[in-house]
Formats: sequence, C-alpha cells, structure tokens
Amino acid sequence: MNLILVTFIILLAFTSYYFGRKKALVIQSSQRLTALPKFYGYYLAAWCAAPALIIFALWSVFEPSIVKTFILQDYTDQNLTKNELQLIYTKVKALAAGTYTGNITNFLDESANKYIQLKGIANSAKVAIILAILIFSLSFAYRSVQKNDRMREPVEIFLKWVLFVASLGAVLVTIGIVFSLLFEAIRFFQAVKIFDFIFGTHWYPAKTFVRDGQPDPELMKDAFGAVPLFAGTFFIAFIAMCVAIPIGLLSGIYLSEYAGRGVRKYAKPIIEILAGIPTVVYGFFAALTVGPFVKEIGNAMGLQVSAESALAAGAVMGVMIIPFISSLSDDVMTAVPQNLRDGSYAMGATKSETVKKVIFPAALPGIVGSILLAVSRAIGETMIVVMASGLAANLTMNPLESTSTITAQIVVILIGDQQFGDPKTQSAFALGISLFIVTLFLNVIALSVVKKYREKYE
Amino acid sequence: MSKIKAENVNVYYGSKQALFDVSIDIAEKEVTALIGPSGCGKSTFLRCLNRMNDVIEICRVEGSIKMDNLELNSRKLDVVRLRENVGMVFQKPNPFPKTIYENVAYGPTIHGIAQSKEEMDQIVETSLKKAALWNEVKDRLDEIGTGLSGGQQQRLCIARAISVSPEVILMDEPCSALDPIATAQIEELIDDLKKEVTIVIVTHSMSQAARVSQKTGFFHLGKLIEFGPTDKIFKNPDNQQTQDYITGRFG
Repeated sequence: MNLILVTFIILLAFTSYYFGRKKALVIQSSQRLTALPKFYGYYLAAWCAAPALIIFALWSVFEPSIVKTFILQDYTDQNLTKNELQLIYTKVKALAAGTYTGNITNFLDESANKYIQLKGIANSAKVAIILAILIFSLSFAYRSVQKNDRMREPVEIFLKWVLFVASLGAVLVTIGIVFSLLFEAIRFFQAVKIFDFIFGTHWYPAKTFVRDGQPDPELMKDAFGAVPLFAGTFFIAFIAMCVAIPIGLLSGIYLSEYAGRGVRKYAKPIIEILAGIPTVVYGFFAALTVGPFVKEIGNAMGLQVSAESALAAGAVMGVMIIPFISSLSDDVMTAVPQNLRDGSYAMGATKSETVKKVIFPAALPGIVGSILLAVSRAIGETMIVVMASGLAANLTMNPLESTSTITAQIVVILIGDQQFGDPKTQSAFALGISLFIVTLFLNVIALSVVKKYREKYE
Repeated sequence: MSKIKAENVNVYYGSKQALFDVSIDIAEKEVTALIGPSGCGKSTFLRCLNRMNDVIEICRVEGSIKMDNLELNSRKLDVVRLRENVGMVFQKPNPFPKTIYENVAYGPTIHGIAQSKEEMDQIVETSLKKAALWNEVKDRLDEIGTGLSGGQQQRLCIARAISVSPEVILMDEPCSALDPIATAQIEELIDDLKKEVTIVIVTHSMSQAARVSQKTGFFHLGKLIEFGPTDKIFKNPDNQQTQDYITGRFG
C-alpha cells in the first residue's frame, strides 16, 4: 500500500514536470517567460512531490505510536509495567498478523480486532489526506504557472532546502551516534569508576559475569582496566607505522620525483589497490601466512613466539596503510611548484639534494598530515587484530606475544550473548568513545596541519 | 674575448624541432640580450647553456656549445660543476620556502664552499650586498624568503645565484613579473654585475634589451636571425625581419 502510494506520488511528479514544461511553451507564445521552460516543470514537480512526501513521512513516523496508545488504553486499569504493556502490544500485533501461537484470550482477540480496524482507518485516512494535499498543492502551483509568476527563484530555494536537509541528516546522525556512545559510556562509568577504567592494568570483563543479580563491586574494580588495551592499540599501531612510514614515504618520493611518467601512471594505481583490499582479506593473510611465518622464524632462532603475535598483525596493518602515506605524500610533493625544483637544479643541486633540502621540507606539513591520518586509520583497524593478534588483553611490549586492541575487544564484547544492562556490554561503549576521542584528536591535528600547508602556496 | 661559443645548435622536443642551427659567440663580462616573439626558442637556447633542458625528458640537444673550450653538450660533462659556474635567474621569482639566510646559503652549502659559520655569514652578506638587498633584509635574515615583495624576491634569487661566484648568469625574463620600480632596480643591478660576470638575458621588452645589453640576438621561429652590437641591431639592423620586429610591426 505504502509502496503504491509513493510510486504514485513520484510518477505524478514526473508527469507534472512534463506538463509544466509544456505549459511554459504554450505561455511562451503569448508572453515572455520568467525562466527556462524546464523551471516551470521543476516547479510543478516540486510542489507535487515535496508536500505529499513530507506528510507521508510524518504520518509513517507517528502512526504506530498513536495506534499503540489507542490499543493500550484498554489496559490502563490493570496496573501493568511498561515492559508488560509492550509485551501485550507485541502479542496483539502478532495476532492481527496471524502469526501468534500462544493462548488467545478474549481480551487479546478484541484488541487485535481493534488493531486491524484502527489500521484500516489510518490507511484510508492517509490515502485521503495525501490525495487532498496533492490536489491542493498541484492546483496552487498550477495557478502560479498560469499567472507566469517568477519560476527560477522558488526552484532554487527548493533545491537549497533539499541540500540543507541532506546535510542536516548527516550531521544529526553523527550527533546521534556520539550521544548514544556518550550516554551508554556514562552508564558504564556509574558501575565502574572512571579512574579504574583509565588507569587499571587488568582487562578481563568475563570475570564480572554473574548469572543473576549484581556482580561483586570488588571484581568490577579489577576487571575493566583499559591500560592493556590502550597500550596494545598504540603498540600495534606503532609497529604498523614502522612498516608503513619508511616504505610509504620512500615510494612516495620515488613516484613524485624519480619515476618516469609511464611508471607513475601504472605504479600509483597499483599501490592504491592495496587500500581497496578488504581488511578481512588482510586479516586472514596475517593469521594464516604472516603469523605462522613469524612463529617459524622465531622458533628457528630459539625464541618463544606465539602464533598470534603483535608483530604479524602490526606488519600486515602497516602494509595496508602504505598506500595512504605513499599516495598522499606523492600528491603533496608533486604539488610543490616546478620552479622550486628548477631553482634548486640551477644551483647545481643533485636530485637527491633537491628532494632532501627543498621538496621534502616544502611538503613536510602535508606529509605529516598524511601520516597522522594513517595513524588514526591504524588505531581504528579491527579485523586484522581480531584475526591475527589474539583476543587476550596482555599488557606487554614484546612484539612476539599476542596482545589486543580497543577495537578487537569491542568485537569480543559484542559478539555472542549479552545482556544490555550489563557493565560488560556497556564497557564497549566506553571503549568506543575513548577510541573516538583519540582518532578525532588526531584527525583535527592532521586537518589543521594540512590546511596550514595549503595556505602557504595559495 | 669569447666566453661561450655555440655552433650549429639544434634542439628537439620529441619530434618537434625548436632551434635550427644556432651559432653565437657570447663575449665575456658583457650583457648579451636575446629577444624575439614568444615561442621563438630564446629561452630554449638559454637553457642549453646550463643544461637545464636535461630536466625535460623529451628534449634533445645537438651541436656544440663550448664554454672556455669545455664542451657543454657532452655526456661526460659534470652538470653539477657546470651549474655552479653558470647561475640562473627565472621568470617568476622562486625563492625556496626557507629563511632569507638559508636561501642564499643554499648553493655554498651543497657545493661545500664555506668552511665555517663565519665564512658562510660573509658569503651571505656579500651576495646580498651585490644583489642590492642587504640594507632591506639585514635585520630579518631569519624570516621566510617567500614573504618578501616580488622585486625583493627576485633580487634574493639573484643573490642566491651569485652566492657561488659563477662566471656566467643566465636570466630568463627576470623582470616580466615585476613592477617598473623593481624592474629599474634589477636593471641597475645587472649593470653592476657585468663588471664581474658574463650575463645572458632573455627579455620580451626591447627597451630593456636596449638599456642593459651590449650585444643583442634576435630569434625568430627557432632561428637566430641577427646577432650584433645592441646599437646596431636597434638603429640599423641588416635584416628586414629584425627591423620589423623592433619597430613593432610583428611579435
């Protein structure tokens, strides 16, 4: 029903576009148009679709809760809790849809009938109202077209609002995500002291699991220390950067300064393909190839190496990040004006001297920006760590042992069964928001550094 | 006294020939101006003199260019040494995004000319004085060179070029991005510099060529049409095309 209605509105909008354009051509024969004929079409189409779709959307949002209120009115005298009421409503809906399998009481049956009835009324009312709006707004717009009012400005204003709503949506979603993280994290910090979380050195949330009732506060104190996770995160990111920065920078320098046009044309996209490989693929590459390889080499040298090591995960993550650094630093070095290179060569500087003393310093802010972006990418990476570096949160600085990161622990916490009100579940949100703060901080620095760099040449 | 002697120089960009059999004698401690309409090959020829055409992948140079009997157009030539001896100033001022001091010290550093900090300070001061910039920047040597005005930037580039005491300085339309006052300062500077160095200047402005140079060469469509003393070229040229160009009939 809804689908038919929306399709109808959209088809009508298309029709009115053509109608409006045709009408404009008719008007053209007797008077001067206020805009190109297509604007007459846009005007009619916008008036046709926008009000009807907005009302449709609002109706769809509010209808269920209104119906629910009507149904549950009959139960107000029974003194039920919110959860019980919700359960009854779910039963009524299931009964109405014919998928209910439990005991059917008279009362439920009655409610279900009422529900079907209400839904029917709501549907016809919706159709009627939307048709009325369509007729009203179309006739209003058509009168405007007939009078040959100014057409361009309303269409431009309409487009401005469409764009505004789109960006407002994106902003609201972001704010919503941040706040949901924040509220859950606050609830977590009511159960666990923020001090214990930030400075505790022991992460073992499974310990707090108690079948019924509240876990022991003493246990809570020692189970949610995030230090091993922060340490692991930065440690693995550090290993990754040790791989990615030298290789990425050197290949960036090669691409921008040394490679011929032919080489650059093919090499750059090939390196960028690295960024397009799904991280899961890197993950099993790390877990099945690099991890065992590191273990074998370590064992051959007489070292104790776990098959899931921070080294394997970090190294593979580094490979994943290479294109971020090489591609961005290639871009900023290519952007250094050619006349600076000429100036340096004309002084008798060699290519490597020119790169070292002129190109690299001039591009440095941009390069730093690209590295910071790469670091925040490394810190946020999940899959490779989950697959290749184990899940136990060891506090270690030995790259041959397994360690875990914030993101990997969030995965561990949220897969499988969990209770929502449980501190263990909520700790994921606390981890999430700390991760968010760290990467946000890095991104802000990176962007401001890159911006400063842009100003220098403009 | 001839400093640079070019014979039958042909330059190709890919399959397109840009210079045709150019032969020219550039005299020592004089200013030689190269004039001609856009695209006539005068900058291309200038860039042969310090092998800057090497930077352009598709460029190929044939013929002989000798400086003090040293063949410049040879694979065996030490380009670094050549460019130490032949400085260059570009059309658009291009100081490095470093301090004024570092800009001037750049050449002496990469060629290992100065042995101590004092010596380097001395080189920087002398070069800036020769470039008539010292008085304007002596109190702010640690400011970024790109923050100077256009004319000051160009004089900074000249200071950078003369910091390694080259024997020849090539100037590729050094005043085309500058205002008349800055232009007059640069021209005055060129006049001073020619006591010590040989200068080859490419210019679009015929009045500038007439003001600063002793010899003038007129290029057209990749050929050197006429070359001789500036007075003669401007007052009594042999060639009709030269006559037409300097009187403004084309170009």
